[in-house]
Amino acid sequence: MNQCELQKRISEVQFVCIELNLYLDTHPDDQAARNDYYTYSRLLDELITEYETEYGPLLGFGHSPTDVGCWVCSEWPWERK
Amino acid sequence: MWIYQKKLEFPINITNPDLKVARALMAQYGGPDSELAAGMRYLTQRFSMPDDRIRATLNDIGTEEIAHWEMIGTMIHQTMENASLADLEAAGLLGYYTIHGKAVYPADPNGVPFVASYIQATGDPIADIAEDMAAEQKARATYEHIMNQTDSEQYLAPLRFLREREVVHFQRFSECWNILKELYPDGRQNKIFK
Repeated sequence: MNQCELQKRISEVQFVCIELNLYLDTHPDDQAARNDYYTYSRLLDELITEYETEYGPLLGFGHSPTDVGCWVCSEWPWERK
Repeated sequence: MWIYQKKLEFPINITNPDLKVARALMAQYGGPDSELAAGMRYLTQRFSMPDDRIRATLNDIGTEEIAHWEMIGTMIHQTMENASLADLEAAGLLGYYTIHGKAVYPADPNGVPFVASYIQATGDPIADIAEDMAAEQKARATYEHIMNQTDSEQYLAPLRFLREREVVHFQRFSECWNILKELYPDGRQNKIFK
């Protein structure tokens, strides 16, 4: 996947995680949803690691252990493509 | 604490800017039912919320609202960035430009700056969650009013996403409301303040 495709895939999987997270906030005992949340969290983690190994850090404050790319010089999300 | 992720929750790329839409979007950046108001409201109310599930809901929806606030700011920024004075004047934004230039400032479409009195934290769980349910519906209505002002997919795609999030958040707050009804079947909450 190129950078744009990988970003899109991360956004899709992250959206699943956000939805499941909010659902689990009010349904903490739903085991099926907990399993899904675990599965998608693992997938999200893998995709973010793949992205950061190739293109540089997505997260600040020490949450992106990669020596590729540059936090300061990569494009900010509000910049036009 | 919060960790910043250098991406938007939903992609935005405005290449055909419409300043009238940017002006309408200010309702959701600095208006009474804005994403800013939503985020501040939930992240503030969570401190005094007595139930784990509702605390989590306020914390996590509040966090998502900040990401939505960033999306609205991005749309306004990309629309105003290269605007001419004539375009700004045609959209009724010369007053805004005089004070803020092309910066993104939390004010509503009429230039009224954001104030904390748009939100409330009463410390009363039923009052606070009732306010949050209303806030989500008011924000949904505002999104529909903005969407009525454009046919451009560049605006409509992210706006559809954001409108849908209001519907989902309302659903979660409704569940919080039902949790409160179970906790306080007689409507009295004073036992939580013992």
